[in-house]
Amino acid sequence: MKLLFHIGRYFMLMHRTLRRPEKWSIYRRQIFREIDVIGIGSLGIVAIISVFMGAVITIQSAFGFESPWIPLYAVGVATRDSIILEFSPTIVSLILAGKVGSSIASEIGNMRVSEQIDALEVMGINSAGYLILPKIIASVFILPFLVIISMFLGHFGGYVFGVVTGVVTSYEFVYGIQYEFHPFNVYYALVKIACFAFIIPSVSAYQGYYTKGGSLEVGAASIRAVVYSIIVVLLFNFIVTQLLLA
Amino acid sequence: MIEVKNVSKSFGDRPIVKDFSFVFERGKANLIIGESGTGKSVLTKCMVGLVEVDRGEVLYDGQDFVKMNYEQRKLIRKEIGMLFQGGALFDSMTVEENVMFPLSMFTEMPESEKRDRAHFCLKRVNLPNAAKLYPAEISGGMKKRVAIARAISLQPKYLFCDEPNSGLDPRTSILIDELIMEITLEYQITTVVITHDMNSVLEIGDKIAFLHNGEKWWEGNRKEILTSDNKELSDFVYATKFLREFRDRLRT
Ligand SMILES: Nc1ncnc2c1ncn2[C@@H]1O[C@H](COP(=O)(O)OP(=O)(O)OP(=O)(O)O)[C@@H](O)[C@H]1O
Ligand SMILES: [Mg+2]
Repeated sequence: MKLLFHIGRYFMLMHRTLRRPEKWSIYRRQIFREIDVIGIGSLGIVAIISVFMGAVITIQSAFGFESPWIPLYAVGVATRDSIILEFSPTIVSLILAGKVGSSIASEIGNMRVSEQIDALEVMGINSAGYLILPKIIASVFILPFLVIISMFLGHFGGYVFGVVTGVVTSYEFVYGIQYEFHPFNVYYALVKIACFAFIIPSVSAYQGYYTKGGSLEVGAASIRAVVYSIIVVLLFNFIVTQLLLA
Repeated sequence: MIEVKNVSKSFGDRPIVKDFSFVFERGKANLIIGESGTGKSVLTKCMVGLVEVDRGEVLYDGQDFVKMNYEQRKLIRKEIGMLFQGGALFDSMTVEENVMFPLSMFTEMPESEKRDRAHFCLKRVNLPNAAKLYPAEISGGMKKRVAIARAISLQPKYLFCDEPNSGLDPRTSILIDELIMEITLEYQITTVVITHDMNSVLEIGDKIAFLHNGEKWWEGNRKEILTSDNKELSDFVYATKFLREFRDRLRT
């Protein structure tokens, strides 16, 4: 019952969020601000994690393939496929759910409990649209770029650490990542990330928007934002994978 | 003019506002007074639709706000300026940006004109030098004044002030009262002021509703309030023992 209530209220909030904006020029400014916060602000953490995850995946695959029957370039193939299919879109989203989700929920939650949302409404402004829509647009726009960067850095990390530790040669790694490359996999990853890029800000904003009480509840809302964003992301990861790959 | 007719509101099974009716007149400061927790803030939130009423009508110059849909309400709300009890300034914006915000949203004014208007409003609330500060960097009383400046920046037709002078020193408080009175008369707007402050009541109380336990217990003006023999009102007005003794001496 409770779950149905939240799902219903979430869709009602989204309905209000996607109304026509009062004034595009203001929204545009907000969108650029959010692109900066969500995208540029997450670049550092995405870069660090991507390089090291790429390295670990390469070393682990090399460790698993220690058999004379498997060619060494398989390490490159395995690294490429794990990074493109799963690691970059999903892991990056989960990390952003933590970083971006909690900050969105606490920002909007704080505006709720200090009556700033009421102030917007009384001015005749659609508070849901003004606060949430720019975040969703910015996120859907910028996350695919983050994921593409993450894919590159993942391969880079795998290459550098794989070659430096000697588990794979430069030639075979490069041959491996080009071997039977399917562009469809990148398309699949981008579809996934577009879904997640909508889910993370909208689920988090939902938690913040309906906060009741004071600063304690804002904290609770921000934790819920992270937990529910992650659950919904994983659920849609499964659904999209079923639809596109099965 | 705002007419409120038989408005009731409960939270769960706790009735907060009970069958309240009152006419808030144009060109006057209409006061809602009453003890803490009697439902003054809830009543004003009902009037602007932040809280849905259970029953009753709220007529803005004859149009029933309660029955309107979201888009129709938006049109009325563009003419409302509201000062919240806690200020409700946007903390991601500077003082100046806060005051300019309604102008950016609803007018096509060029940047410089908006800034001029914001500075004019800030000057009227006696805050000429705070424009570049953030809400976190100014005092409580200053926040309140910025919030008033924001409420009047678009020249509203209806002005709601929830305790405009709580937390202000007596001199600033009088200044704010005078400002509210000035804009009310100058632009002939309908002003609703919630207050505890007897100084303001006596200064600007053209029309007063006294709320007691969510009911309208008494209505009148500032002259009548001093001589009313309504017990609860009289206890509210003559709150201190000293004043009560003084009142009793006057009466006998
Ligand atoms: N959203 C809400 N849900 C439940 N109860 C509420 C809500 N808002 C207010 N109340 C209750 O309504 C009552 C009246 O609150 P209100 O804020 O209107 O008081 P007030 O007259 O403005 O007091 P003060 O002068 O202290 O501001 C309080 O008892 C409060 O607990
Ligand atoms: Mg109040």
